[in-house]
Amino acid sequence: MSEGATQGGRGMRRSWTLRLAILLPFAWLVLFVLLPTLIAFKISLSQTVLAQPPYVPVLNPSGGWDAFVGFLNALSFENYTAVFTDSLYLASYLKSLQVAALSTALILLIGYPIAYAMARAPRGVQSVLLILVILPFWTAFLIRIYAWINILQRDGLLNQLLLSLGIVDAPIAWLASDTAVYIGIVYSYLPFMVLPLYATLERMDAALREAAADLGAPPWKIFWQITVPLSRPGILAGVLLCFIPIVGEFVIPDLLGSSSTLMIGQTLWTEFFANRDWPFASVVALVMLVILVGPIVLYEHLQARALEKAR
Amino acid sequence: MSDAAAPPALRFDGVTRRFGSVVAIDRLSLDIFAGEFFALLGPSGCGKSTPLRLAAGFDAPSEGRILLHGAPLTAPPHLRPVNMMFQSYALFPHMSVADNVTFGLKQEGLPKAEIAARVSEMLALVQLSALGARKPHQLSGGQRQRVALARALAKRPQVLLLDEPLAALDKKLRAETQFELKRLQRRLGTTFVIVTHDQEEAMTVADRMAVMQAGTVAQVGTPDEIYEHPASRYVADFIGDVNLLQGRVVRTDASSVVVACDGFGEIIAGPAPEARVGETIWLALRPEKIAVSEGGRAGVGQNEVTGTVVEVGYRGEQSMLEVRTAAGSILKVSVTNRRRRAADGPAVGESVRLTFAADDIVALTR
Amino acid sequence: MRKGLSFTNLTALALGLAFLYLPIAILVIYSFNTSRLVTVWGGWSTRWYTALLADRALLDAAFVSLRVGFISATAASILGTLAAVALARARLFRLRASFSALLYAPIVMPEVITGLTLLLFFVAIDLDRGVWTVTLAHITVTMCFVTLIVQARLASFDWSLEDAAMDLGAPPSRAFLAVTLPLIWPAVAAGWLLAFTLSLDDLVIASFTTGPGATTLPIRIYSDVRLGVKPEINAICTVMIATVALVVIAASLLTKRRAAH
Repeated sequence: MSEGATQGGRGMRRSWTLRLAILLPFAWLVLFVLLPTLIAFKISLSQTVLAQPPYVPVLNPSGGWDAFVGFLNALSFENYTAVFTDSLYLASYLKSLQVAALSTALILLIGYPIAYAMARAPRGVQSVLLILVILPFWTAFLIRIYAWINILQRDGLLNQLLLSLGIVDAPIAWLASDTAVYIGIVYSYLPFMVLPLYATLERMDAALREAAADLGAPPWKIFWQITVPLSRPGILAGVLLCFIPIVGEFVIPDLLGSSSTLMIGQTLWTEFFANRDWPFASVVALVMLVILVGPIVLYEHLQARALEKAR
Repeated sequence: MSDAAAPPALRFDGVTRRFGSVVAIDRLSLDIFAGEFFALLGPSGCGKSTPLRLAAGFDAPSEGRILLHGAPLTAPPHLRPVNMMFQSYALFPHMSVADNVTFGLKQEGLPKAEIAARVSEMLALVQLSALGARKPHQLSGGQRQRVALARALAKRPQVLLLDEPLAALDKKLRAETQFELKRLQRRLGTTFVIVTHDQEEAMTVADRMAVMQAGTVAQVGTPDEIYEHPASRYVADFIGDVNLLQGRVVRTDASSVVVACDGFGEIIAGPAPEARVGETIWLALRPEKIAVSEGGRAGVGQNEVTGTVVEVGYRGEQSMLEVRTAAGSILKVSVTNRRRRAADGPAVGESVRLTFAADDIVALTR
Repeated sequence: MRKGLSFTNLTALALGLAFLYLPIAILVIYSFNTSRLVTVWGGWSTRWYTALLADRALLDAAFVSLRVGFISATAASILGTLAAVALARARLFRLRASFSALLYAPIVMPEVITGLTLLLFFVAIDLDRGVWTVTLAHITVTMCFVTLIVQARLASFDWSLEDAAMDLGAPPSRAFLAVTLPLIWPAVAAGWLLAFTLSLDDLVIASFTTGPGATTLPIRIYSDVRLGVKPEINAICTVMIATVALVVIAASLLTKRRAAH
């Protein structure tokens, strides 16, 4: 190996092309990711009014220093206090976390055997299976949820099947229930779990399992003591990749769930679109972001480490 | 080699390169002359590729400068009149063999006819004229190596840098290619600088070589100078097999040094001008320079020791013996197997007498 | 991993794939149902597909979505590839960590947060909401996915190829265009495809950032779905599934052939 290449000597030369390559996407992300988050924070400290934009204070750049001080004084943390004292919002956050945790566990339970079987399939079959698992992920999210409405509705196929088999006497109300939400989430997020799991399992050295067998471990012990511990990076990536977005999920609970306890994504949606309370919607979003910042940072750390390893 | 007054083709002048806290090369000063085949030899990870990357311009020195025919090399890589043959060959996989060779000439904006002529000349030079239309992945390892060579030579570089050019070939092909490379270099007269970890390769191809040790040059010289007159224990041990005996200087004069070694008594070795009486010193003794005879008769003379063969490693053309001396040290001794394997060679358990000439022992103070 | 499938493995695969495909298969089959009632099978028919062609609003929405998808996927591919190259090539620049943090954030962040913050930003800078704000939002989110895909390809990229091109006299920009880009092209194309489908698929972010007159297909379908199941929706969904399936399969066959080459 050439030492210079591995130790990053190429950082030395900065041609204008490279500068542009760094600057352009970086500037874009600062403008469209960082700045909007900061603006949301500012608005979360504002009050709702019936105007356009529907919040005060609005910073008037031509007002000079006094206007700026006045603007700062008008900001308040009142909205945050409201979120933490209103049991409705607390219940909504808890519901989201509960649904995310439980459904992520379910997805792991269902996804692991699938990923494991994929990794053990012969080479040629593996790539076909990979396409088969990815394909639903490429078809629209909304369509996949809609497909389940077809099945789960009162006179849908599932009830028809159960009735004709004589398992139930009257149709069950599957839709507008937590069960439907869990089915929808597991169905939609399954590929997010299977793919990282498959990636780690597929890379795993067959000799390790053979060595364990050679040393006298029965298959189930090999699975629990060799395969599962070694696939931990994949498990972690899959769990985070599911858990984080599920917490903020809107479409699935909205179309399949009941309206008794809303998930936090729905609450945010309602605050924004129905109540037109932008400051409050911002508060809800930012508190969610704070809850998720740990998992997000962990996921980013995993991603960066995986890429370093692949180098 | 050629004109003594002319500046060297490539000069490293106090070049240091740090990567964070790691010093890859440390105050490297080295002159490589025009028309020379020069080898940088060192173990993996000793920073021996870094000088090439610095000369090619993929990296810049932290300190010091690099001169090409007396002029400082500071241009970006694409404007430097040196070319590199990469360890991975770095053949463009989406281009044919001919297109790979053409690539560099096109960048110079040469007329089409000249490019075509130069490409076919180069492909003929490396005996690949028939394979110009192939893609790199359709070639064997040896063929790929030759394409990489042709591609780098097509630009007629003032200096050709070769980074472990033969590392990917198997042993037999490597040995053949070494001679081919040497012939090619002599024919073209281009200055070649090769980096390798393979000492046999360096000694086979190079006119002169530098042995690298932890980012510095341990010794520069012709291959036989380095083998027969190593400057330090490191060099003696790195190149070939060697027995290193530690001892104390008893006497020293212009033509020899007498050293008292534990278990060997006093040994007379070649001259060591820097050695002082009473100082600790090391004697380097190559296994093939030790004469073996029957150990039957009693008493030992000067530069002689008796012992028992404890291990025989048969290597075909020769055998390597491990001999335990009466005092318990182990010496490596090689014997040439001139006849088909006969019963008369030393066997395990046999007692032998080892003799070594003073001229064949190098006394090392470092 | 040792090859060879046990009975348990096969069962897991069969059940898993059935779970993934059965709902979609049912949807496709019922899109050919004559009966308006989704629950009753009335025989095969393509009447809902003909009905689609008459639905102006739906076609308009599809056109808006395709336009947003094309523009945002193209811009995202350029920005995302640049970002991936920057991260791979310039390993030591000072803001590297914050750069990659910003890159991964939109991938995992719940869509409602991304949508809301972007909308607040567009309002704050007084940008009229419509097709263009949706496009900007989609570029932002999908470029991160492109970066992820291209980065994975670059992780195994032999940078000495680019060094070789420069060594042979090509300036850095030409070395990139003549050597690196052609070699990572499949990854860039896959990134474009992913960006395009993500854009076509997005409901939440588009709902936040859109304005009057810019109804995308998912927004349109969503408002229909909320009113209940309609056979026309089965039909449009089938069309979308078929398109995506064809493109993905074609793309994977194409890359396979290139790899085998």
